Amino acid sequence: MFAIDYHDHGTAAPLAGAPVTLQIDGHEVTVPAGTSLMRAAALAGIDVPKLCATDTLKAFGSCRLCLVQVEGRKGYPASCTTLAEAGMKVRTQSPDLQRLRRGVIDLYVSDHPLECDDCAANGHCELQSMAAVVGVTQTSYARGAMHRPLAVDRSNPYFEFDPQLCIVCSRCVRACDEVQGTFALTVQSRGFASKIAASEDRPFLESECVSCGACVEACPTAALSEKSLAHGKARERAVTTTCAYCGVGCSFTAEVGGTAEAPEVVRMVPNRNGHANHGHACVKGRFAYGYAMHSDRQLKPMIRKSIRESWREVSWDEAIAYAASEIRRVQAKYGRDAVGGITSSRCTNEETFLVQKLVRAAFGTNNVDTCARVCHSPTGYGLKSTLGESAGTQAFTSVSQTDVILLIGANPTDGHPVFASQMKQRLREGAKLIVIDPRAIGLVRSPHVTADFHLQLRPGTNVAMLNALAHVVVTEGLTREQYVAERCEVPSYERWKAFVSEPHNSPEALAEVTGVPAEQVRRAARLYATGGNGAIYYGLGVTEHSQGSTAVMALANLAMATGNLGREGVGVNPLRGQNNVQGSCDMGSFPHEFSGYRHVSDPAVRALFEQAWGVKLDPEPGLRIPNMFEAALDGTFRAMYVQGEDFVQSDPDTHHVTHAMEAMECVIVQDLFLNETAQFAHVFLPGSSFLEKDGTFTNAERRISRVRQIIPPRAGYADWEVTMLLSNALGYPMNYRHPAEIMDEIARLTPTFEGVSYAKLDRLGSIQWPCNEAAPEGTPTMHVGQFVRGKGRFYTTEYVPTSERVNSRFPLILTTGRILSQYNVGAQTRRTDNVVWHEEDLLEIHPHDAETRGIADGDWVGLTSRTGETVLRARVSERIAPGVVYTTFHFPQTQANIVTTENSDWATNCPEYKVTAVEVVRITQAEAWRARAAQERAAGSSRQPVHA
Amino acid sequence: MNIDLLTKMANEISAFFATESPPDQAAQDVAQHLRRFWEPRMRRQIIAHVREHGGAGLTDLARRGVETLAAGESDGA
Ligand code: SF4
Ligand code: SF4
Ligand code: SF4
Ligand code: FES
Repeated sequence: MFAIDYHDHGTAAPLAGAPVTLQIDGHEVTVPAGTSLMRAAALAGIDVPKLCATDTLKAFGSCRLCLVQVEGRKGYPASCTTLAEAGMKVRTQSPDLQRLRRGVIDLYVSDHPLECDDCAANGHCELQSMAAVVGVTQTSYARGAMHRPLAVDRSNPYFEFDPQLCIVCSRCVRACDEVQGTFALTVQSRGFASKIAASEDRPFLESECVSCGACVEACPTAALSEKSLAHGKARERAVTTTCAYCGVGCSFTAEVGGTAEAPEVVRMVPNRNGHANHGHACVKGRFAYGYAMHSDRQLKPMIRKSIRESWREVSWDEAIAYAASEIRRVQAKYGRDAVGGITSSRCTNEETFLVQKLVRAAFGTNNVDTCARVCHSPTGYGLKSTLGESAGTQAFTSVSQTDVILLIGANPTDGHPVFASQMKQRLREGAKLIVIDPRAIGLVRSPHVTADFHLQLRPGTNVAMLNALAHVVVTEGLTREQYVAERCEVPSYERWKAFVSEPHNSPEALAEVTGVPAEQVRRAARLYATGGNGAIYYGLGVTEHSQGSTAVMALANLAMATGNLGREGVGVNPLRGQNNVQGSCDMGSFPHEFSGYRHVSDPAVRALFEQAWGVKLDPEPGLRIPNMFEAALDGTFRAMYVQGEDFVQSDPDTHHVTHAMEAMECVIVQDLFLNETAQFAHVFLPGSSFLEKDGTFTNAERRISRVRQIIPPRAGYADWEVTMLLSNALGYPMNYRHPAEIMDEIARLTPTFEGVSYAKLDRLGSIQWPCNEAAPEGTPTMHVGQFVRGKGRFYTTEYVPTSERVNSRFPLILTTGRILSQYNVGAQTRRTDNVVWHEEDLLEIHPHDAETRGIADGDWVGLTSRTGETVLRARVSERIAPGVVYTTFHFPQTQANIVTTENSDWATNCPEYKVTAVEVVRITQAEAWRARAAQERAAGSSRQPVHA
Repeated sequence: MNIDLLTKMANEISAFFATESPPDQAAQDVAQHLRRFWEPRMRRQIIAHVREHGGAGLTDLARRGVETLAAGESDGA
């Protein structure tokens, strides 16, 4: 069922075509060539009756309801499958057509219950409305058994399938194939017996279905429908907003019911006009928003003098006054720079901008950082150094022009599912795929998609692999010399060429290091360099390494050398983990730079901000998150304001982090839930979910989209308002009346946002920065004609092995990742029905490693590294190579970060999550092991805090 | 702060510039990186480590980078 405010055009718009003019029911219509008659009519305001067509799917021509007449032609062509031609004269209404359509509907209705009043789709069912349009109220056929004996499948937590209501239009099957690319559904049998089945007729929950909901939205009846609609809940209005989960940034229509005082989201429907997702979504964004209403939400501010005391609920005034007085007390005692703040990639651009402003202007220090530190800070450093801008180069739609996809250190089907579906569409059209990953991610082999190469390298050897690829490109003469000569710094290019050509960078020399046969590397390199448009997509498997920044530069080098930048279909694209990682970085969350990536030491930039903010600003870079922990243990950092971030769970080497937190005198946590970090807090300020506020998020393609308030903040204030309260209490006035005013300030102070405003966002739907005088409607593709930096700069990227090495005590390498149904530390998704897919974190281990340790699938295992130990269940799997184990970090019980180390990227201190030397042993008593590990932790750590 | 950690970080920065920068430029680039990304108390501490302990544990390039940094800082840069 479409969103309540959607007008379906029946078939999609063609890519681009010469204008064609025709007549429909006497109206002249001009459309691009390739447009169906159905769409042309809809654009002229004429809706041709239809059932099997919808504009997210290819025309199918099965229901025969959309028949029309074309002057001079025989018969009744289906308007969904017939393309508009110049000069055509089309009739969509006539007695003959009416008769034919009545016949079609009559037949459908003969096999469909007619108790519409009790149906979830009542008023929105396409069969019901088509019957009304053609004037059918009863069937002329004898009412038979219909499909009543078939049971309703309620196995999926979010939607159900009632075969009785199914008209076998196969829209669901096509949605699963064409849009989602999972191929989970089929039409079984023929004629009256035909029926929709998931994976060989299994319940949905046990089938290959990934619960994206595309079939549910495509279904014209209530056969597939959201359980949230079951009780006939009214949907009064539609609000367009943006998903708050991953960096794809899908646009949604929230259908809102309830009362004026207590509005309620009844359903989330992906926005078919959304520029990032084009009407698609995944199980998180579409269904897993219930956490916002979860009873675990802490809705009252709380304070306590020490973390050993219990919390005391207080008024907002008291909490804010206490927080402000503590910040000032700590500054008076330990110095101005003993305090800092953390912005969140979960919050809006406006909120992030305000937090860094609060820290820089009101606290008077540059000790502000963001959780992007621990994921994509190397992207910023690497891309800025080489290309001149800290962001991905393309729009998602660019992938539809790509011939070769090079995917490294990312698992889009789980981490960025909607973009993965777009990728899969292109791969099914014949694009080639190179996967570089220690693990056989979903895209290596999935229905109708097989990677041409899977370079299954050892964790921690990305730079070696990229150097080997570059070696082949250079020594086999596959570079684009003219492109480089025109667009890049030639001396840096010559140095790089000489460097990668050295024998020690050959695939043969590095095979020992990466574990990948040289011939495979050579063939993959040739494919990327010569296969047409080559596009690089990468994720945290590239950045979260001791050489994360080096690897990002190596990717940019490869793309420049092969001329794969500056047009559609190519590029270097980070897949951002959280919804607003790009935005939080853009907004000046890093301690060394203001919004728009401008260093704090630049006097002209500082002067601009000093004038706008009316204070002197510090020219020195501040502390990064890991440095804050070090300074806390040192006694020189004592208070922090943490908005929407749970680093005690998400940051590496948990023991080290908790010791640092114990040393703090004032920690102010602002969050939806009492998270793990709140255990160490002295002030808790209730946060607001994305449903409760206005603002913007910026996705991985630099796309700025609106977040719109749907329900009032449950605790009384939106996050941006709380930051203002704190600032005002500190004596630094902030008086924005609406986030639109914050965006205006951002636009005034940030050249890449110069042309952005809420009015323009409302008008255009979304904007990709840079948006300025030169590009008033934004910039889908960066570096066209010239790099932002001027000339592209090559860097030599020597492979330096991580200091984290396997040895006889820790012979396996642990690497980490994520799973489709859960999101990061799981604070949201664990509080939804998504837990049916993933109740706990599992340790994937290769059968060979499992066997030598006597481990069977499902056994409890102890996982030990040199920093700590934890317990989880094993899953024996060939998806990872021998010598490597893999887990996720969604559940606090697992505390996977207890075992990760303090190693980090040389340039940015982004932690090396992806490589930890570990040992795995089978254990029988998980609880006893856990208790012993906890005791040992309590008894002593090598790095105790220094209490001042 | 933990000087072993700062030393390790400085060595890793140097490892990058050791091959990236021309030899006569490398120490300057290390110093520049430290100046742009390290908070002053981290810089003070690594400088003190070089002054007081000869930069024990630092690679040759890292130590020269820190010395270059120190020279710049005392200039008030
Ligand atoms: S929910 Fe998605 S994956 Fe599951 S059957 Fe429907 S379209 Fe396919
Ligand atoms: S379940 Fe819905 S979409 Fe699928 S065939 Fe039946 S009516 Fe059509
Ligand atoms: S793909 Fe990402 S942005 Fe889109 S619905 Fe899923 S979680 Fe939300
Ligand atoms: S809508 Fe055209 S044949 Fe069904």
